[in-house]
Amino acid sequence: MSTRRGFLKTTGAATLALASPPAVGETTAQTAPAESEHVSLTINGRQYALNLDPRTTLLDALREHCGLTGSKKGCDQGQCGACTIIVNGQRINSCLALAVMHDGDEITTIEGLAEEGALHPMQAAFVRHDGLQCGYCTPGQVCSAVAVLSEHRAGWPSHVTADVATAPALTDAEIAERMSGNICRCSAYPNIVAAIREVAEGESQ
Amino acid sequence: MKSFRYERASEIASACASAARPTAKFIAGGTNLVDLMKLQIETPAQLVDITRLPLNRIEETVEGGLRIGALVSNSAAAVDMRVRRRYPLLSQAILAGASTQLRNKATTGGNLLQRTRCPYFYDTTKACNKRVPGSGCPALEGLNRMNAVLGVSNNCIAAHPSDMAVAMTALDALVETVAPDGSARTIPIDQLYRPPGNTPHIETVLAPGELIVSVLLPPAPPGRQVYRKVRDRASFAFALVSVAAILDVNGDRVRAARVAFGGLSYKPWRSAEAEAALVGAPASRASFDAAGIAALRNARGYGHNDFKIPLARRTLRATLTQAAGLS
Repeated sequence: MSTRRGFLKTTGAATLALASPPAVGETTAQTAPAESEHVSLTINGRQYALNLDPRTTLLDALREHCGLTGSKKGCDQGQCGACTIIVNGQRINSCLALAVMHDGDEITTIEGLAEEGALHPMQAAFVRHDGLQCGYCTPGQVCSAVAVLSEHRAGWPSHVTADVATAPALTDAEIAERMSGNICRCSAYPNIVAAIREVAEGESQ
Repeated sequence: MKSFRYERASEIASACASAARPTAKFIAGGTNLVDLMKLQIETPAQLVDITRLPLNRIEETVEGGLRIGALVSNSAAAVDMRVRRRYPLLSQAILAGASTQLRNKATTGGNLLQRTRCPYFYDTTKACNKRVPGSGCPALEGLNRMNAVLGVSNNCIAAHPSDMAVAMTALDALVETVAPDGSARTIPIDQLYRPPGNTPHIETVLAPGELIVSVLLPPAPPGRQVYRKVRDRASFAFALVSVAAILDVNGDRVRAARVAFGGLSYKPWRSAEAEAALVGAPASRASFDAAGIAALRNARGYGHNDFKIPLARRTLRATLTQAAGLS
């Protein structure tokens, strides 16, 4: 099957062949190449057994070793949130996580939210409210938004909560603050907030 | 990223022994270290993963304080109801920093030991005395808008980026460590960080392999606690200036005051001068302004960051006004 990703892989390989050979001295001069580490992950309910260079981030393990390319690499430094996934029930930036440190962990990615072909309510709300334009940040936005609701259900306060000892209502200001780790270059923020508000209101009814 | 050997520690003693090697580093949340390793600012030959050590609990102390394990995530500390009720300053400060994704991964010990975000420290094409000792400090005459104005030297004007540590400094927190020889010690948080002087690459008093195992919060002092942070955008940005204040007002007079600043120095800057100016003074705008003048008396700007000095005074006034319950 011809896919966009397959096309990119083919053209990428062609470009690489024309480029100068990689400098191998850099990694070998200081230390011997690292031994690969065995890493077991449960991703979206399925077991994965991987052998990874310890430098491999969780994001690269998902994308390059498990074929789960839904989680996106934006900034690769924890600032944009495109790589947001849920690990042991908590959202994190997978680009700043070393996969080897997550041996045994339970991971949910964007691919794991839909159940039996039916969109997760948050995915459906993003579609309904047009919470995206180019869509690159969307998997991270949706994973984050799902986590926002569970954090709010657990009574977590945020920076905009007037009294941190209270469990605040999920106002638009609360949603915006809690989503500040996810950047949208197309600036679909009002529609993202509307989608999250709708799912939150549906849950509380 | 440079190659490294990975070791998963199962006990504190072996972790300390492994990390005592000059090319080894502890890793916990990794939100700062992994980023620095990608940029080859940090190039450890060995990483000692301490995340499986039993240091992730928040416990009551017999004195009525709390002991926060070094591996307690920033989120877990901020949302703990004991912290929220008794140390709201600490919850507020943690929630003012980073994003939820980062706070879920970042740890208490790692937050204390995170490196500066000075742009020259981060740019490996530029000199930096902290990154390459003796290479120079372009920040002195360069883009120093985010840099420090108090307690720094002509070799380094980097600012400490933590919010959490500013609140802990106002709360007189104690940092508990274990060394490779098994000895334990308790370091007042204000003495954890070393002034840059001629050795800005040495940032703390910790010895090689010495591990932060917990942070001890003494019982909270009387008074209202307020953390206020000023930054370039409303969320997910480092502080230009922040203030942690605890103000105890009796009638219209200040009975006791604690003041610590973020964004101004190589460490959270506790201001004994501001506190002395406040104690016994009327809880008024004039007193708060006098405290700000006392706190910043020895401050020095480097051009782009000159604005931090008046901004710190005004932020202190606003924070104390809120803590005093004045409008």
